[in-house]
Amino acid sequence: MFQVLHDINIDWMGNRRWFIGVSVLLMLAGLGSAVIRQATGRQAFNLGVDFKGGTVVTARFKQRPNDDAIRAALVNKGINDAVVQPVTDRPDTVLIKVPLEGEGQDGRVRVREALNEFGKEADARTELEADQNAAYKIVGTDAVGAIAGAQLRNKAIAVTLAALVGILMYIAARFEWTYGAAAVIAVFHDVLVTLGFFSIFQIEISLNVIAALLTLVGFSVNDTIVVFDRIRENRKLHRRDSLYKITNDSINQTLSRTVITNGLVFLSVLALVLFGGDVLRAFSLALFIGVVFGTYSSIAIASPIMVWWEQRIEAANRESAVAFNQPRVVKPAARGAKQSLKNASKPLH
Amino acid sequence: MKKKNLLTRVIIIAIVTIVGLYLVIGPRRRPTVQDFKWSGIKANLKNNIHLGLDLQGGSHLVMRVKTEEFLRRLTEENYVAAQNAAKDAGFDPKGGRADTNPGNYRVVLQIADPAKVADAKAAVEKKIELGDTSVWSYSASGDTLTWSMTAAAERVLADNATTQALNIIESRINALGIAEPTLQTHGATTSHQLLLQMPGVQDPERVKDILKGESRLELVHVISPPNPSPAQTYATEQEAIASLNSGGTIPPNRRVLPYTERIEKSEDPNQQRSKSWVVVETPAIIDGSELRNATAIPSQGGRADDFEINFSLKKSGADKFGAWTGSHINEYMGVVLNDEIKSVAFIRSQIFDSGQISGRFTKNSAEDLALTLRSGALPAPIEYLEERTVGPSLGQDSIRAGVRASLVGLALVVVFMLFYYRGSGINAVVALLLNMILMLAGLIVFGATLTLPGIAGIILTIGMAVDSNVLIFERIREELRSGKTIPSSVDLGFNRAFITIIDTHVTTIISSLFLFVFGTGAIRGFAVTLVIGLLVNLFSAVYVSRTIFIWLLSRKKSMESLSI
Repeated sequence: MFQVLHDINIDWMGNRRWFIGVSVLLMLAGLGSAVIRQATGRQAFNLGVDFKGGTVVTARFKQRPNDDAIRAALVNKGINDAVVQPVTDRPDTVLIKVPLEGEGQDGRVRVREALNEFGKEADARTELEADQNAAYKIVGTDAVGAIAGAQLRNKAIAVTLAALVGILMYIAARFEWTYGAAAVIAVFHDVLVTLGFFSIFQIEISLNVIAALLTLVGFSVNDTIVVFDRIRENRKLHRRDSLYKITNDSINQTLSRTVITNGLVFLSVLALVLFGGDVLRAFSLALFIGVVFGTYSSIAIASPIMVWWEQRIEAANRESAVAFNQPRVVKPAARGAKQSLKNASKPLH
Repeated sequence: MKKKNLLTRVIIIAIVTIVGLYLVIGPRRRPTVQDFKWSGIKANLKNNIHLGLDLQGGSHLVMRVKTEEFLRRLTEENYVAAQNAAKDAGFDPKGGRADTNPGNYRVVLQIADPAKVADAKAAVEKKIELGDTSVWSYSASGDTLTWSMTAAAERVLADNATTQALNIIESRINALGIAEPTLQTHGATTSHQLLLQMPGVQDPERVKDILKGESRLELVHVISPPNPSPAQTYATEQEAIASLNSGGTIPPNRRVLPYTERIEKSEDPNQQRSKSWVVVETPAIIDGSELRNATAIPSQGGRADDFEINFSLKKSGADKFGAWTGSHINEYMGVVLNDEIKSVAFIRSQIFDSGQISGRFTKNSAEDLALTLRSGALPAPIEYLEERTVGPSLGQDSIRAGVRASLVGLALVVVFMLFYYRGSGINAVVALLLNMILMLAGLIVFGATLTLPGIAGIILTIGMAVDSNVLIFERIREELRSGKTIPSSVDLGFNRAFITIIDTHVTTIISSLFLFVFGTGAIRGFAVTLVIGLLVNLFSAVYVSRTIFIWLLSRKKSMESLSI
């Protein structure tokens, strides 16, 4: 039996302050980037046409002019604020992004007018190579109007929140609601950290990135559930152990699985980043960041929050139990209960 | 007992595998020798899996029917008609207006004598449809009559306009001969949006123009002295309005329209055509709804590329038109298309059911116009919200990149599993490959389309499938370490891991369902593959993998070691 990682005994819960500190720092960095950019008049997030509206034209050339020549041709036709973006895995192809225009303005038509400076466009029914006289061909367009952009944006946020509520309800039904809440907080953290990265590095957010964010929601919850499931099992088996110890043990027991699975998924996603092409690049990057933090948050965020919450509830229950048993000496008992609450939560504070 | 159990399991797995494999690479007809060759398998695979527009190439259009425009026109038309009706009945309307804001569509009419308000209401409602209480609620104060559109009617009328637009657009697409288009409403019903998908269409510009073409045709009475004087035209709009002698405003029964006159026998196509203005009577004699047919024909005596449109009218329209032309011989009539006069002609004799629109059209524009006229006018203008077009070569690139990434991921996983779990790794690999086959079969059975995000869903499913195997194997190892026998370790490993697997799968399926129900195109494609992949995984990673273990254990009475 070849194996790594068994009989490990790491005190994860003991390091929870470090974990939470790092997470808070990362979230603040992302938030700071978004706020500062917004305040200084730049964009908090680099939203793609899906959410901002506008047109992206994908053009393929026989002899691709350089970016500056294309930009100049666009300016000649009055398209001043276009972004010309090369496609790394297709040197003959270029993306031309035109911001939202007035009604009736067709971005594709205008870009074509500008590109005609380099020669004729291939006929719609033939491939570029088959047309002798053609210099280029528009092989793809994405045009999104202002209404559709806002609609897609709102929908994306609503769907993410709805999915989180659904997850919360399921975990609450299968475990305890504290587990569900802890898992959802951890997922929220992952989404925030990932969005923070997208703000800091100004990676473009498209519809596909939203799909990736939702994937990471599923992925992170998946990881959290594996740990929680083990905690549930161990609580039944070792009734006398503290939740603190049980949680540590459960994380350690599932650690080999965590490392293997997440390592493999990490490699698959890496394959996606390296070989998936430009279209999938932002999607793969979001997943890439998500896999790392999804794994991290199950151990570092979800578990400590759940333990802290459960212990508070336990303490509160004890308090009310004391109050119920000695109804006549309510005041001193209550004080005593507060004392015991402090003691109970001592390992965590 | 155990043997029999194993036999049933093997039979079930064999059937599912064969059916799945046939669904994926089998033909939808009696198989021939060709179907067992590599090229035949590839062709069948291509036929069986529906590729989304982003992989196959094609055009995806989201449009919105501007229903508020429809309601505005309706209200304004009613206002003009109410004014005319009140005037005809002798109530001397002294003012009024049409309110046309969404949520507040009203026809307001003021008459001279407040005492006659009730009579005026009766007279107006007798002639026009403002009396329909399911649409308009009436109120009066002083000399003012107000008809307000009810909120329910506003909703119903807007929905009807959308449905009507959908039908008209459908007939236009069919007339264009686009292969396998799909047209459906998009998003919430209150958004009045339509989604049109056209596989293979690379250049949607012509389609867009034709769909957008409102083509509102009207035949109108031109205000002019009769033939033989030429039709009365004005050089500027102001001049035309001034001729009305109504203090710079246009009375409700008149319209001033631009008219681009034809220059007969001109050989120079670049010669500027003179633009003038014409005063016409409103409402029109008849409109496009009375049209029976319209065809593009080369114009007689014109140049070779000069086309015009022949149209004929329905019975009801022909009756109206015949009666009107009969009583207006030698007067002028105009053909109005989208609020622009296309031609003016004097009425030589009574005309019943046909006419021409000549406006120096090219062959293409005449044909497109005839097509839109035949399909009927759109009840309201449409605007394009979203347009996505992918050329087939771009789609090919995406498929290649997606497949390459999936295969690299899969290969990494296979190598690792065989290396780390040795003999049991074979279990995982078999389960993984079966998962892939059944996932594609599932896509085919549900008629789902495979999109680019769908390929990402496949990659994620690979991850989840491996996770299930890792969970099971790690658990079996744990049980073995704690000193249990091999059979009971396998049993316990599967039973315990199964609970976790169910929990993780159900949560992911729940979030995917939200994506499917509320998500849009691309995200949906992702959700579909993920849900199918996860459901399949419960079978392949748990049932199939366990069967292999049962088979391994049944081969020897007592097993000393398990390769895991």
